[in-house]
Amino acid sequence: MESLEEIKARAEAAVPGAAIAIVPNPGPANQPSLLLDHAHAAAVAGFLRDDAALRLDHCSNVTGVDWLDRKVTTKVKVKKIVVREEKEEEETQEEFFPGYLEAVYHLYSVALKHGPVIVRLRTNDRGQGARLPSLTPVYRSAEFQEREIFDLYGIHFDGHPDLRRILMWDEFEDHPMRKDYREPDDYEYEPTPHDDVIEKTKKHYDARPELDGAEKLTTQP
Amino acid sequence: MILSSRAERSAVEGPRDTTFAVTPQDPSTPLGMTSSFQGELLEVSMGPQHPSTHGVFRMNVALDGEIVVKLKPVFGYLHRNHEKIGENTSYLGSMPYTDRLDYFCSMTNNWAYALSVEKLAGLEVPERAEYLRVILAELTRLQNHASLLGFLLSDMGAWGTPLMYAFREREKILDLFESLSGSRMMCDYMRFGGCRCDLPPGWMDRARKLVDGFPRFLDEFEKLVVSNEILIARTQDVGKLSAELAINAGITGPMLRACGVNYDLRKVDGYGFYPRFKFRIPLGEHGDCYDRLMMRVLELRESIGILQQAMAEIPEGPIMNPKVKIRNFRPPAGEAYGRIEGPKGELGFYLISDGSGNPYRYRVRPPSFINLTILEDLCLGHTVADVMVILGSIDIVMGEVDR
Repeated sequence: MESLEEIKARAEAAVPGAAIAIVPNPGPANQPSLLLDHAHAAAVAGFLRDDAALRLDHCSNVTGVDWLDRKVTTKVKVKKIVVREEKEEEETQEEFFPGYLEAVYHLYSVALKHGPVIVRLRTNDRGQGARLPSLTPVYRSAEFQEREIFDLYGIHFDGHPDLRRILMWDEFEDHPMRKDYREPDDYEYEPTPHDDVIEKTKKHYDARPELDGAEKLTTQP
Repeated sequence: MILSSRAERSAVEGPRDTTFAVTPQDPSTPLGMTSSFQGELLEVSMGPQHPSTHGVFRMNVALDGEIVVKLKPVFGYLHRNHEKIGENTSYLGSMPYTDRLDYFCSMTNNWAYALSVEKLAGLEVPERAEYLRVILAELTRLQNHASLLGFLLSDMGAWGTPLMYAFREREKILDLFESLSGSRMMCDYMRFGGCRCDLPPGWMDRARKLVDGFPRFLDEFEKLVVSNEILIARTQDVGKLSAELAINAGITGPMLRACGVNYDLRKVDGYGFYPRFKFRIPLGEHGDCYDRLMMRVLELRESIGILQQAMAEIPEGPIMNPKVKIRNFRPPAGEAYGRIEGPKGELGFYLISDGSGNPYRYRVRPPSFINLTILEDLCLGHTVADVMVILGSIDIVMGEVDR
């Protein structure tokens, strides 16, 4: 299989306007990945799937990753003039990297039996901007896995045909795989339909004011 | 007034408006059944305690008469956020927990996880340990496929007998696992860079005896079951899957190969020592339930061949890479995705290390979860009784699906 640089160059030529970056992987596994931009992600994925030399038709694994805000402190030696005397002092500099959520796709080729080519998508931030384009129209296998990421990480996949919670129950509100998730004290509490059901049943009965106390139960507010 | 026949019913009630468009995907439905309820749909919640759902799994099925027009699987009854627990424990601490994913095949789960960590940290595995892994993985495949055949027949109404025949064989394999690792199902046997302990005396002779006797069970099982007329009627042309959809939907394992796609990670990736062994990859033609069932039978025969070769060739030597520090294990920062051909399909682990003792991200790629993606496509247009057969032929274990 061709190298990641060649794939990147050909993908950028095939999809005009696509901005692809290579994310290195320092470990011994040596599996670097391609970082796609949101606007052209589906087009690039379609190119990877259909290109005759790549034929990456098998999207094996879709993973969500949460990267928190990071502050990297580096100690820098700075020359300072203190009372006509030049001194070298250590100063700590803080650099702030905003956090983001990430979806990682592992692509293989069943037809040509090679791989993996790893594709990443990053959200703008971890709050309102946690949105990504869905690759389910290109790879059907991402359907449940993107739903799982939506459920556990809270990334909204635009263009997903059926984006619902999959593992947690529908009334659940948080996203438990996020790194800053805190379990609520009463996490076993589930809202039962008890009160709603009472409200509903009231609609089925006429008000009966002649009965003592019944109006409390039956009258509409 | 009770309206007994469908004709009477429709004469009185007339056609009804429904919110669903009733368009069964395959118009040539089995037994030539067509919609006779004028589109009146019945919603059935199958599961989560249905005996044929192989655990706690639910499907919301919309039925037109007996025909499935909509099916939405509901997951999460066994969800305990395995991945979060994996992030909060050390690398070694997750090893026994992987047994609980697919509790039928703890050995292959161990191997997939050990393989990914070995990729992440760049570790070598001694020769004898690789042979042991192959032997144990193939024994796992034997017992998984054998018990799946039993379950599938049990789903179809062949209560008891086939399942008990399969479980009799499975029990012998579990006895071997127990004498090796101390536990029948939760083996926790493999380690990063090798295996936990060497074979006890006499183990290999017992295993050889089992493997040599296994074809006899298979012949008997095939004679009893596979050519059975009812089984053929229930499975052939039921739940057909095309090769294109199977590849696009990420279907792996025997289910993919039943569609005629030659993709077996033992051949493709050549992990372990599989390139050293001679074996063939059985392929299906139609992609229906019968092919999926036969795929398991044929794979069992190939696994027996691999086992006989591995048992003849296994060398003496260490079973653990002495350079690996199991305690306080800290792989260098980076990420790795490792995968093996589990009995149910491609089982992968994706790990991100930040250089600390816990993985930053620990992801399981569960084969049976992703194989369920096309459950609705397979069931549409079939009768509700076929849903159980189709689900059984997919081979799911909820410990892995819900994680």
